[in-house]
Amino acid sequence: MAKPKALILTGYGINCDEETRFSFELAGANPTIIHINDIIENKSLLNSYQIFAFPGGFSYGDDTGSGKALANKIKHNLYEEMMSFINRDTLMIGICNGFQVMVNLGIVPGLSQPIGNVEVSLEHNATFRFQCRWVDLIINPHSNCVFTKGIERLHIPVAHGEGNFIAPQHIIDKLTKNNQIIMQYIKPDGSLAQGQFPYNPNGSIMDIAAISDTTGRIMGMMPHPERHVYFMQRDDWTYVREVSKRQNKEIPQFGEGLQIFKNAVEYYK
Amino acid sequence: MELANYRIEIYYTIPDSRGIVLKNKLHHLGFHVHQCVRTDNYLINIPLTDIQIDKVARALIQPVTQNYTINNPYVPDHFTYAIEIGYLPGVTDNVAHTTREMIEDIFKIHCDPEKCVFTSSTYFLWGDLNGEDVHEISLELYNPLIQRASILTYNDYSARKGFGNFIPVVTLHEDSKAEEVSLDVSQEELIALGKEGIKNPDGTRRGPLALDLLSLEAIRKYYKDIEKRNPTDVELESIAQTWSEHCKHTIFAAQLDDIKDGIFKHYIKEATLRIRREKGKHDICVSVFSDNAGGIEFDDDYVIADKVETHNSPSALDPFGGAITGIVGVNRDAIGFGLGAKPVANRYGFCFANPFDTKPLYKSKDTNSKMLSPRRIMEGVIHGVNVGGNCSGIPTPQGFVYFDDRYKGKPLVFVGTVGLIPKKIKGKSSVHKKAMPGDNIVMVGGRVGRDGIHGATFSSEALTSGSPATAVQIGDPITQKKFSDAIVKEARDKGLYHSITDNGAGGLSCSVSEMAREAGGFIVYLEKVPLKYPGLSPWQIWVSESQERMTLSVPDETLEDFLNLMKRRGVEAWVIGKFTDSGRGIVYYNGEIVFNIDLHFLHEGLPQKKLSSTYAPQSHPYPKFDDPDNVTEHFIAMVKRLNTASFEFISTQYDHEVQGNSVIKPLQGKGKVNGNTTVIRPVLKSTKGVVLSQGLYPSYSDIDTYWMAACSIDTAIRNAIATGCDFDRLAILDNFCWCDSTNPYRLGQLKEAARACYDFAVAYKTPFISGKDSMFNDFKGYDENFNEVFISVPPTLLISSIGVVSDIAYCQTLDFKKAGDYIYILGITRDELGGSEYLAYMGEKLSGEKYIGDTIPHVDTIVNTKVYRVIEKALREGLIASSISIERGGIALALAKSAMGGLLGANINLRDIPQEDIHRNDTLLFSESQGRILVSIEPDNKSKFEKLCKDITFAKIGQVTDNSLITITGLNGKEIVSASVIDLHSAYKSTFSEF
Repeated sequence: MAKPKALILTGYGINCDEETRFSFELAGANPTIIHINDIIENKSLLNSYQIFAFPGGFSYGDDTGSGKALANKIKHNLYEEMMSFINRDTLMIGICNGFQVMVNLGIVPGLSQPIGNVEVSLEHNATFRFQCRWVDLIINPHSNCVFTKGIERLHIPVAHGEGNFIAPQHIIDKLTKNNQIIMQYIKPDGSLAQGQFPYNPNGSIMDIAAISDTTGRIMGMMPHPERHVYFMQRDDWTYVREVSKRQNKEIPQFGEGLQIFKNAVEYYK
Repeated sequence: MELANYRIEIYYTIPDSRGIVLKNKLHHLGFHVHQCVRTDNYLINIPLTDIQIDKVARALIQPVTQNYTINNPYVPDHFTYAIEIGYLPGVTDNVAHTTREMIEDIFKIHCDPEKCVFTSSTYFLWGDLNGEDVHEISLELYNPLIQRASILTYNDYSARKGFGNFIPVVTLHEDSKAEEVSLDVSQEELIALGKEGIKNPDGTRRGPLALDLLSLEAIRKYYKDIEKRNPTDVELESIAQTWSEHCKHTIFAAQLDDIKDGIFKHYIKEATLRIRREKGKHDICVSVFSDNAGGIEFDDDYVIADKVETHNSPSALDPFGGAITGIVGVNRDAIGFGLGAKPVANRYGFCFANPFDTKPLYKSKDTNSKMLSPRRIMEGVIHGVNVGGNCSGIPTPQGFVYFDDRYKGKPLVFVGTVGLIPKKIKGKSSVHKKAMPGDNIVMVGGRVGRDGIHGATFSSEALTSGSPATAVQIGDPITQKKFSDAIVKEARDKGLYHSITDNGAGGLSCSVSEMAREAGGFIVYLEKVPLKYPGLSPWQIWVSESQERMTLSVPDETLEDFLNLMKRRGVEAWVIGKFTDSGRGIVYYNGEIVFNIDLHFLHEGLPQKKLSSTYAPQSHPYPKFDDPDNVTEHFIAMVKRLNTASFEFISTQYDHEVQGNSVIKPLQGKGKVNGNTTVIRPVLKSTKGVVLSQGLYPSYSDIDTYWMAACSIDTAIRNAIATGCDFDRLAILDNFCWCDSTNPYRLGQLKEAARACYDFAVAYKTPFISGKDSMFNDFKGYDENFNEVFISVPPTLLISSIGVVSDIAYCQTLDFKKAGDYIYILGITRDELGGSEYLAYMGEKLSGEKYIGDTIPHVDTIVNTKVYRVIEKALREGLIASSISIERGGIALALAKSAMGGLLGANINLRDIPQEDIHRNDTLLFSESQGRILVSIEPDNKSKFEKLCKDITFAKIGQVTDNSLITITGLNGKEIVSASVIDLHSAYKSTFSEF
């Protein structure tokens, strides 16, 4: 089968578009970066893509709240097309600011039908400060999420000021029951961070780092898998290299985040 | 007073971390605050219906956590005080701009960008507070230069129904004509004109032209002999900008003593010319000293450009605004390099006074003239670079902080940007650009206001009237990100323009004149320049420094495509004139010529200054104190000095992972220790990397600026090499931040530093590719007792290094990797404690004042080059397990950092360290001799490594251990240090723990 086509959104302060494209390309997809105004101008563009990515960045500078202004732009110009894209057998991923946009569009967690209600929030970090750090994540083995299939743990960076996941208890209960909580922050020993900084970098309830919709085809995550697709991007690569060398182990070429993108490509095989 | 028809207040329905963090901070500062709640307020002056405004409010909230009120104040239960903070007229309000765009998009309407939407924040405080407390708290929350604050008690707030709907609309009634300025005046009047500016009709003056008598006489002669008329105010203001110290570097260009061609040409530029000549076909320079940034070769396909700027004065007045404008401004130096380079990394460097110093300084003998505290300046500057860098999607990996009490009057804020550009675009060189006669002059980005005109001189006026606050500006990274993407990622590669440059100092007057050098002349129609608000005089439009603007030359054939592309990317662009080949710059305003100058005179007419200097190195008696028997206490104290402690809180709030290009990070090892060098991989498909570092030793200037500069260069180079940089592909940048530069002694110090720049750049064959100077970093005012003070920064030279590593796999970090590894030192240690951090520490401890000493480190480039070649080779052969360049704090600091990085212990024996005539343990441990690198080696690699070292001075001085203890054996064979790595690590991290 031909490589699946991935649309990487850009414009108005989105800034992780190039490395997201690179990651999809490395994973075997056929990605294109497209400006949101070009999609608004030519809405049928969406029809020819299988994967849609909301990359990270600072859309509209986070003014009025992260992700809100871009979500409003989509709501008022592109909503129906977005919904019909989702209703096809497509994949959608939102990373960091992209996750914030998806939350403000009500695409994730998408519990009530029709989807489009804002059900959760990504608030200012508990430290009220931007945090750029490497974190460890545990993946929910029972979820139906396409992107995390076969992944148990991830070591990738976060970089955000507003990643503090908050939701009312009844929503949390549903997310738990549906296995829509996809990633949680953990300590290096594998136990949940339990809100402890810096393992949980933002104060998220239940250490939530990523959630999916009910179908498992849509995922929003705060950490950045596209920043760890090569081994030499990781924060401790000089250490891991030294240890591997002395144990005569092969030094890896690729990074842990790459599998997220490979899973998307795999879905279409 | 203008009022908005709607005021939306947005409040949280759950605890808001912003309020909690502020409460904790205020508590820490000694205020009895129990609770703090914040609302975000939107003042909307657009004729919308009630249903429409409700729709707007709903678009502004997060429905899960927030709610809103419209024209009905939010009143939390019985708070003690409420403080509302809003902007002054004319200050950039980015949130308001986004909100306006959103409203325009929802209702498909168009609103006046500067009159329709404003924002403010209200802080509700509960606590044991009186009026004075809350006034003090308000000063923590706002800056009177750009913002306004109102304070109400609960009762007043309830009675008045909140803070009301006031909006800070700009109202201006400037003369819209150009004025003739007579130069046929007395010498006194001419001097006053230069110092205080052109006279207004009411007798007040506009603010300094900063032209000296020599320059004014040259201008007078030009108008009398050539133009045979008086200049207009537009011309005079414009010449003043073009000839300013900032643009023309008059001191670096001046004849200084016997140096006829000036120290820039004689030392800096000449060093580069000579190195390029000597390197021949191995020359790495692509574009030096001619463009917005300097460029070197990255690989066969790409060039990397680098530029480091300073933004000191604005940051002293408004630390946040100054710093964000600085970083976003230097980004434009990359975007304006060649046909437009993509910014791939930011640098920063901050010189502050002690943030724990609470003694105030005053500008005048008036308690209202209090300067911002060192802590406020530090917090604001750090945050400004945070927002500017993070919002732009440019990683900010590389930087430093340095503290000295003499930065209390003026902080130094260094900001830099590295750019990446393909060598060729559409088969043509992308590095060289040329505006052609007939090309359209196009301005893109933001609109023009009175921003930055005459800097601080307008500030007091701005506080009292409807006139815009112009002293300081707030950068708008998103406006810039939009045009940066549109230009660098699209228009450039489509070949839609011939040339591009940044609008920085001097605004259009400088950018258009500068580009006109390529074409030969220009005509501009000022009425076509878009304004933020009406009422600007033509001279103000011409020299305004409103941010986020670039000027491009676009030929007729591609103009439509260019404008169309900008429109589709949400970028505003305007054609404001044409380039010509007339040799003249001509500016019209509403049909009248207001500026008509010979461009050769404008660019070359500035008469060269003649300056003279005096110089002698300063001798400070060597302090007498005993070599401590037990050094453990001092060893731990030395890792928590302001100048050595962890600044992780800065590194982690700057996104250094965006673009996925980070290789060697600002925090290294399990212990997350701040390294002095970072590496990025700007082209993800390539295995080549760009290595970034710097060297800076202001304390050495107290002894001898020649060796200060030598050490800075050696350090910038050594840091890069120790991390993996190719020695032959390394270049440097200079930033001189001097003081009191009319003083012959200061000029003497400057000349010596510049002479060292020549000597050491040439010796290492590392060319200068770009630089910048800031010559008057002084503060004149009053101390806490209203005694007059004059505080000059220590002469500060920042040398930044940028190089290429041919394979990032050669790079190494500073952390020890495994117990049992051998620890080696390369290079010789001498008694060179003069100006060191250790003497400063001991002096403060023993006498209450820093010791200085006089044995300043010297640099032997022949010996050091051999050491650096060995490291380069050993890294390429994979023999080194950890590597750290020894700088401030000496061997002790390097050892501590490697141990803390790996969270491993070490045994060291001082008797094994190669040295000259040192008989004291503390000297050996803390001397800052240059040319030294500390590495650890896997025992299996011992003989291979030692073989590589055979022609240099080196020694095995100890071993990495897993007992988490650093033990050091002294010269007498006794243990002088026994420190737990955990204790050391927590001391290292403790210094800035409250920030």
